Amino acid sequence: MSGMASPVIFWVLAVVTVGAGLAVALTRNIVHSALFLVLTFIGTAGFFMLLEADFLAAVQILIYAGGVSVLLVFGVMLTRHGNIKLSNPLNRYKITGGIVAALLLLLTGGLILYSEWEVSPEALREQESTVSAIAVSMLSEYVIPFEAAALLLLVALIGAVLLAKGVKHSK
Amino acid sequence: MITLNHYLVLASLLFCIGLYCAIAKRNAIGILMGIELMLNAVNINLIAFNRFLVPGETTGHMFAIFVIVVAAAEVAVGLAIIINIYREKLSSAVEDFDWLKW
Repeated sequence: MSGMASPVIFWVLAVVTVGAGLAVALTRNIVHSALFLVLTFIGTAGFFMLLEADFLAAVQILIYAGGVSVLLVFGVMLTRHGNIKLSNPLNRYKITGGIVAALLLLLTGGLILYSEWEVSPEALREQESTVSAIAVSMLSEYVIPFEAAALLLLVALIGAVLLAKGVKHSK
Repeated sequence: MITLNHYLVLASLLFCIGLYCAIAKRNAIGILMGIELMLNAVNINLIAFNRFLVPGETTGHMFAIFVIVVAAAEVAVGLAIIINIYREKLSSAVEDFDWLKW
């Protein structure tokens, strides 16, 4: 393996991820949608590994496949539905939405195929682990965004707890 | 040989699936799932650009990490809002969220 992973792995991952993504969009049972969403997240982590972004792959599995999907399943659980088999139907924009998404796909696909990127010659070589490089840049160049992100997470999570708890009306 | 274009086309495919999910779902949690799919596709793009155009640097990785942070905050607040609305309307279908329409 000379830096670039084998195409077979890429294609298998691509089929699994895109298939699971389509299943998220088209399944009528929202619990199944959530499970397929986990599969999509894991497939994305696989792409991160192929792109030699080891830290991002670990973060993807921890936060998305572990955290976000559990949050979504809790959201499903806390909002009651009549028949779980029909809990995630398409609305009246299913045709229009399909046309919009297909047009956007055509547009971006065409733009990608007509663009010329200056691929670095270094890209053919195998890369080192990114963990220490990320650690260095996070605490030097990006230290302000890092702190801002920490503050954002704190505020958002406290806000989420307060919102979900509900305001007690005092008379 | 897998090139940058492969990753970009794949990411745009995932993004469009997520967009369709966000437009055409009736359940508000389904819409959140579509948004998560779109953010994931963006992350694949960022990492692929970083890997192929400037290998050795970590700019794309940093952007992807911040996208993940914001996505986690967004899904937490979004679900809290959905649960709160559910208490009032006893429904999580977006057609029922129509207080601003009269």
